[in-house]
Amino acid sequence: MIKPRKKLPGVDAKLLIKDAAKLLPEPSRRLFLRGAASLGALSMLTGCDIIDGPSSEKVLRVISRFNDRVQALLFSETTLAPEYPESAITRPFPFNAYYAVDEAPDIDGTTWQLEIGGLVDNKKPWTLPELNKLPEVSQITRHVCVEGWSAIGSWQGVRLSDFLKMIGADLTAKYVWFQCAEGYSNTIDMPTALHPQTQLTLKFDNKTLPTAYGFPIKIRIPTKLGFKNPKYVTAMYVQNNDAGGYWENQGYNWFSGL
Amino acid sequence: MTIQAASDSPVAPAAAAGPVIHPRWVRITHWINALAIFMMIGSGWQIYDASPLFRFIYFPRQIALGEWLAGALLWHFAAMWLLVINGIIYVTLGLVTGRFRRKLLPIRPHEVVSDFLAALRGKLSHDDLSVYNAVQRLLYLGVILAGVVIVLSGLSIWKPVQLKYLTVLFGGYDAARYVHFFAMSSIVAFLAIHIVLALVVPKSLRAMIFGR
Repeated sequence: MIKPRKKLPGVDAKLLIKDAAKLLPEPSRRLFLRGAASLGALSMLTGCDIIDGPSSEKVLRVISRFNDRVQALLFSETTLAPEYPESAITRPFPFNAYYAVDEAPDIDGTTWQLEIGGLVDNKKPWTLPELNKLPEVSQITRHVCVEGWSAIGSWQGVRLSDFLKMIGADLTAKYVWFQCAEGYSNTIDMPTALHPQTQLTLKFDNKTLPTAYGFPIKIRIPTKLGFKNPKYVTAMYVQNNDAGGYWENQGYNWFSGL
Repeated sequence: MTIQAASDSPVAPAAAAGPVIHPRWVRITHWINALAIFMMIGSGWQIYDASPLFRFIYFPRQIALGEWLAGALLWHFAAMWLLVINGIIYVTLGLVTGRFRRKLLPIRPHEVVSDFLAALRGKLSHDDLSVYNAVQRLLYLGVILAGVVIVLSGLSIWKPVQLKYLTVLFGGYDAARYVHFFAMSSIVAFLAIHIVLALVVPKSLRAMIFGR
């Protein structure tokens, strides 16, 4: 079902490949909080070695969890992300991942199925033609990357809250977890899953989602940073335990709301 | 009112060393702010490197904080609490006690020019540290305003959806990144002057530590 892809139709790979590797920790960065030279003075000021790796990392992660709660409070289910005219769409819309675009999963849409699990009444898997028959919503919103850059894209698909209601998901559950074809994963909070702009995306710019942007489906969440918008989704679970995510588990903030 | 009384009265029984130049709250918030600014700028440089605004500006990891993007973000969004809470206390006390008004105003352009020229000739007096010259007033007021701008532009980058009207105020998400960067640059420029002059006039450094 999944095989490496050599060429992407209609997509200039050179333009699309961003330096995704700079997000990845080098081996030397493993203790990523230790030893920045500018911190020497900090130790002297405070009289204690608060920058010593494991202990400071622990403190920073506790504060990051606190920031998750602050962001959840700040999140409003009725505040919409700004929408833009078609002329504002960034072309070509950048591809970004921890692998090159020609290593993106090439999924066969005729055999692919979206697996449904967890606290859901109807766990029947969904095929692509079935999803394409559902009512379509559209948005032109800004994708904001954790690196700082942003790009405006046009996405069409099914409103995720409608889909969750349709399959009988327990909307009082805390999380929705997504598994992706290449091994990526994401967990999001239920209030964000139910936000009116959170979308089970099937198209980019009114055309079938290209491989670069997550064929067959992507979860578009304009209220979260880009890395919380999983592509190549193969499974969706509604659950009460936080299953983490690819980047979150490496130290990126869990909520990452905008 | 109690703040006024507490801040203006000498901490210890009037010793022979002269009047208090910086009350205790100024000294405490100053050094907490120094620590917070240091962490915010160091981690901010590392975050900048993940998606630079200018091809010719890059911050080596040795002078940045956090080692890689995730680490720098953890530092940045932890130190922001220290910066903002301490900053709110400082600005509130500065306004309520009247210290800002007394110390920083008025700023007259011709005095700024004449004091600046005197400083270049090395003839600016520092005999009375309790009175700021016109250049100091301008720089101190300017850096406080830069502090307000850097916090507000930072919030509009962090929350361009929940605080979208603030983001609009800065000309949108991408423009707010530039505002945030230039506010940082002006604070770094201030710090370069500020630190050099504190070392050139060591008694001013002593006053910020011991109060007199």
